[in-house]
Amino acid sequence: MVINEKLIVSSSPHIRSVESVQSVMVDVLIALFPAALMAVLLFGYRALLTMLIAIAAAMLAEAIWLRKSDIFSDGSAAVTGLLLALTLPAAAPWWLVVVGSASAIIIGKQVFGGIGYNIFNPALVGRAILVVSWGGHMAGDIWPSPQPFAFGYDAAVVTGATVLAAPEKAVTFSLPEMFIGNIPGCLGETSALALLIGGLWLVYKGHIDYRIPGGFIGTVFILGVLFGGGFYANIFMTGLFHVVTGGVMIGAIYMATDFVTTPVTPAGRLIFGIGCGLITMLIRLWGALPEGVTFAILLMNAVTPIIDNFTIPQRFGGVKKSA
Amino acid sequence: MAKFSFRGGVHPVYSKEITSTLAIVKMPLPQKVVVPMQQHIGAPCELLADVEKIEKGIEVKAGQKLGDNKGFVSAPVHAPISGTVVDIGPYNHPLGMKINAVTIESDGRDEWDENIKPAGSLEDLSADDIRKIVREAGIVGLGGATFPSHVKLSPPEDKPIDVVIINGAECEPYLTADHRVMLEKTEEIVFGLKAMMKALGASEGIIGIEDNKPDAHKQVESMVAEEENIRVCTLPTKYPQGAEKMLIYVTTGRVVPAGALPMEVGIVNHNVGTAAAITQAIREGKPLVERVLTVTGSGVAKPANVQARLGTLASEALDFCGGISESTLKVVVGGPMMGLAQPSADIPVIKGTSGILALTDEDVYLAESSPCIRCAKCVSVCPMNLMPTSIAQASEHGDYRRAEKLYALDCFECGCCSYICPSKIPLVQWIRIGKNEIMKRKNK
Ligand code: SF4
Ligand code: SF4
Repeated sequence: MVINEKLIVSSSPHIRSVESVQSVMVDVLIALFPAALMAVLLFGYRALLTMLIAIAAAMLAEAIWLRKSDIFSDGSAAVTGLLLALTLPAAAPWWLVVVGSASAIIIGKQVFGGIGYNIFNPALVGRAILVVSWGGHMAGDIWPSPQPFAFGYDAAVVTGATVLAAPEKAVTFSLPEMFIGNIPGCLGETSALALLIGGLWLVYKGHIDYRIPGGFIGTVFILGVLFGGGFYANIFMTGLFHVVTGGVMIGAIYMATDFVTTPVTPAGRLIFGIGCGLITMLIRLWGALPEGVTFAILLMNAVTPIIDNFTIPQRFGGVKKSA
Repeated sequence: MAKFSFRGGVHPVYSKEITSTLAIVKMPLPQKVVVPMQQHIGAPCELLADVEKIEKGIEVKAGQKLGDNKGFVSAPVHAPISGTVVDIGPYNHPLGMKINAVTIESDGRDEWDENIKPAGSLEDLSADDIRKIVREAGIVGLGGATFPSHVKLSPPEDKPIDVVIINGAECEPYLTADHRVMLEKTEEIVFGLKAMMKALGASEGIIGIEDNKPDAHKQVESMVAEEENIRVCTLPTKYPQGAEKMLIYVTTGRVVPAGALPMEVGIVNHNVGTAAAITQAIREGKPLVERVLTVTGSGVAKPANVQARLGTLASEALDFCGGISESTLKVVVGGPMMGLAQPSADIPVIKGTSGILALTDEDVYLAESSPCIRCAKCVSVCPMNLMPTSIAQASEHGDYRRAEKLYALDCFECGCCSYICPSKIPLVQWIRIGKNEIMKRKNK
């Protein structure tokens, strides 16, 4: 009989699923498509441009840093770039986008050792750097009001960064309007509907754990109901308002579920989600800033190893922790 | 239908359709067999040395005992064919080392030992008789675990057994030997189950079959329709449904405590092939000298379910199935999830050999591993509810104390974690290294 001299003797299992880091990242990009589409429908071609620049800059920064020619590679840089873009105002100047993307990749990820080793969510690191260093630009006249299906960009119609800055004015927006996303805000954060569609698909594909967005959104809602204040007659409306405005949806579904920087245990993920919700609401209701999602997630990223360590799951057939 | 479902698990490509409809074919009598003295978990056999001394040059009959060990956890080995002992010495073993083995050259007559005779009807046999027959026949777990069966039939006084489960899950991809045995030896399985229930004084018998084998399910169901205390349990198709603890949980809802044996919760479970072997030992007096195995994989020209004498060389079994192709990358003994890759096919079929696979790049996924992205997919699929990524990492860093704290020893190497990992990290390999180190330290 033929005996191949080079039979491979490696460890079981001998078959592997076809899923790769790249295929998972492509799935995340697909999941973000509805949100990206809504961004273009609401904020016009500038939104498209911002997203393309951010993705390209992120991929290039990574390729240059790692000195490799495969620009798309595992796809994680593209995800980071797109996520960052979705948290920027529609009319952010191109250089701001490039700087944000490059810092997300290099400072947020590569200096830690690359994918798998970073502690903080790279896209949020990029965003935080922009907020801290170019706060003036981030708060300036680059926040156009959404103009559904206009595709153009009217620099005259500007608004504030988020309705959260003046919730009492938000009452002018109806709940369906807020749910669909026809409100001021970052490119990709306004349409709760689009984000939800992508999120459900990711849960279905098994890429994200419902516990993180569940814990996050649930906590925001409950705290919103209890302490949100009286600008809506119905306190549940206030809770919903806190969920669908600002960065809660995009943060809970896409940022707080970032693999690398969040816990791996089921209980840890729930705690992580709840923690994010708690800090977000602390900042929103009692802090100095109108919005707190970015810093909530970054803070929770920092304690992820500790959470993992305290939530080691009970093994099958195990008794309460003793041995 | 099963009321319970175990946590985790994966759905690999099963590739069972290659052989699931092919009836078992008997391989012709081999010219030569190699019989290792260790084909079970427990103390290895020693060659018989007194009355019938086994040494080079003597003639043996099929079914004649070659080696045994007085230890309780052990099982004798027998000559699978009649012929001359031409060699005794270390030989390649599927476990990846050389183990003392007896090589017999066939005389082509297949003459059986005259002491082999039926043991009588089940009614006349006592529990002790059954245990003795099973032990003397050298029967071990044929699913691959190779734990001596008589030990499982001899629980300590304080651990009464009320349920015997027959494992017909066959959750490993590619393998269809158990499936065929269920179709072609249905009656023997049921008889074997009854014998075991009698030996244990158990009141209930359960035959668990995955729902991807509806024909086997129907056939077994009709065979036990009249039996009051035997039922068939349909198991959802999910790997590792056939793992002892998962099977017990799914069929009865009982949870075997970590680190304990099933008898702790009043259960004993056996593979379908084991049940059929026990029947043969009782009815015909024949020891375990042949078994059914699946020879398959993209590298095999004519995949088949074969019935082969133990000691048949894997290379011969593969040749019988048309030989393997040049592009074969791996030869695996067992299933693709838990089987062992072999450096050569010059190894004997032993009691636990449920399959021989020749895998090409159509089956195996060869990829460099990349850093862990902490996606936790390994955590979600682990049926033991462990943290494979963290155990592997601890083991990689030589931090065996942490690996132990993360319950590395509870890992039964099912392979789900490595299978699912998008970074293609060989988690099981790292965990295995960690387990070995922990055990070394414990035994010090
Ligand atoms: S499946 Fe692989 S990449 Fe994901 S957490 Fe486990 S080891 Fe890491
Ligand atoms: S850790 Fe062990 S038991 Fe858990 S999935 Fe991996 S191999 Fe299976």
